[in-house]
Amino acid sequence: MSAKTPSKLEKILSAGHLAVTSECGPPRGSDPSAIVEKGELIKDYVDAINITDNQTSMTRMCSLAACIKLKQIGLEPVLQMVTRDRNRIAIQSDILGAASFDIHNMLCLSGDHQSFGDCAQGQNVHDIDSMQLIQTARYMRDEGKFLGGDDIKRPPKMFVGAAANPFADPFDIRVPRLAKKIAAGAEFIQTQCIYNLDKFKEWMKRAGDKGLLDKVYILAGLTPMKSAGMAKYMKNRVPGMDVPDELVKRLSDTPKEKQGDEGIKICIESIEQLKEVEGVKGFHIMAIEWEEKVPGIVKAAGLYPRPEV
Amino acid sequence: MIVAEQKPFEEIWGMIKDYKKVLVFGCNTCVAVCHAGGNKEAESLGSLLRMQAKQENVDIEIKDSGIERQCEHEFFDSALKLLEWPDLVLSLGCGVGVQFMAAKFSDKPIFPGLNTTFMGAVESAGVFTEKCQGCGKCVLAETGGICPISRCAKRIMNGPCGGSTKGKCEISKDLDCAWQLIIDRMATLGTLDKYEEITPIKDWSTERSGGPRTIVREDLQV
Repeated sequence: MSAKTPSKLEKILSAGHLAVTSECGPPRGSDPSAIVEKGELIKDYVDAINITDNQTSMTRMCSLAACIKLKQIGLEPVLQMVTRDRNRIAIQSDILGAASFDIHNMLCLSGDHQSFGDCAQGQNVHDIDSMQLIQTARYMRDEGKFLGGDDIKRPPKMFVGAAANPFADPFDIRVPRLAKKIAAGAEFIQTQCIYNLDKFKEWMKRAGDKGLLDKVYILAGLTPMKSAGMAKYMKNRVPGMDVPDELVKRLSDTPKEKQGDEGIKICIESIEQLKEVEGVKGFHIMAIEWEEKVPGIVKAAGLYPRPEV
Repeated sequence: MIVAEQKPFEEIWGMIKDYKKVLVFGCNTCVAVCHAGGNKEAESLGSLLRMQAKQENVDIEIKDSGIERQCEHEFFDSALKLLEWPDLVLSLGCGVGVQFMAAKFSDKPIFPGLNTTFMGAVESAGVFTEKCQGCGKCVLAETGGICPISRCAKRIMNGPCGGSTKGKCEISKDLDCAWQLIIDRMATLGTLDKYEEITPIKDWSTERSGGPRTIVREDLQV
């Protein structure tokens, strides 16, 4: 696949390198220094940084503003956009806004339900869904048109991504759903955090059997566990998460003060295993409020230094 | 049918206690089926309010009555005389009935005794579930007879989202994932091959967002 946009992430992937991305959550306030600090901390170890969009429906600084901050210090942001909070007017408008700052990557999501966050009494929008958001971004880029049919002056040059959760149910539909996202126009995929490697491998195998692996770049998602408590929480409380019992046990059997280190070790081992899985084109390391651990993970997993493109 | 729930008693009492002549007025169709606002419920709510008035020593006269349907003119004929009496009507109709009465009896306050909740079905005795949001452009032929607009918490047209777990929705373990149901039904009907067709962006102009809707059927007008 040759690069179609100015995205650095796309260039790295199309050159055949294993890509590394990470993510930062914007602050719950207007001080941008936290996002800049997080960016500076990991910039030499990742190719692009996702900025989450009011993740878990907790109100935060907007993803676009945080992306602009990263762009201004020379980093490569991936604008995450959920369909929960904006209608098609706002979506197209925000895409143009991002493109005006030469933000060239976006990740199309539906977003967690608002009942998880601090505005449980609010409305959700879902004028379009994540599949249709992918279509919208591609249409604006490739056809140079608004959904309403008018021409866009200087169309956005977005490298368009989507999420995939191989662990949500029903499992049998998860590969057809991936196919659907690719057909909608998704060019890269960042997966849900992988803890059940066997299930992930089965999903990738089925994707391969369906001929999907040559049509999209799949970045395997990883979140290091900070503690056995976090593993239990993710297993029992986070929808669509598959944390095997063995992993919980391994962390529980580790002395409390060493559980974080063990979590990092598991993450690195997972990356090593996933490198061998056909179709894995990179890694998306989501160290939640633990960004300082990303450089160590990237180095230990043999993914450093990052390629120049 | 339209499903509703009676407002909390304290809220109802708060609404009516400063009036002198209150008519608790039932609507004996949809909201009678869900045991919220039928004429029987009007009678029992009337009794409870009279007891409350007595306990609190409030000088208020409360009567109860009802008609078959508060959303059509002809059903009011038998009650027109009675409706001259109150200085407040506590309607146990749905939001449609309350507004219809407010327009019809424009000099009288008509207060809602119910919270109108959804268009739904009687799943089993005492269990009512939402099935339709009246989007004005039915998609049930493409979704295995299960509506993603009313039954998916994110009204996703190309589901399921990543929060679907063991057939349940991410917002509650008691709530079925509509898209799991859709996929199961498509499998039963042998139409699962259609799953990979992307449902295009929906035209919501026939829904609430297009503004209040009116249907004019000239063939039915007299």
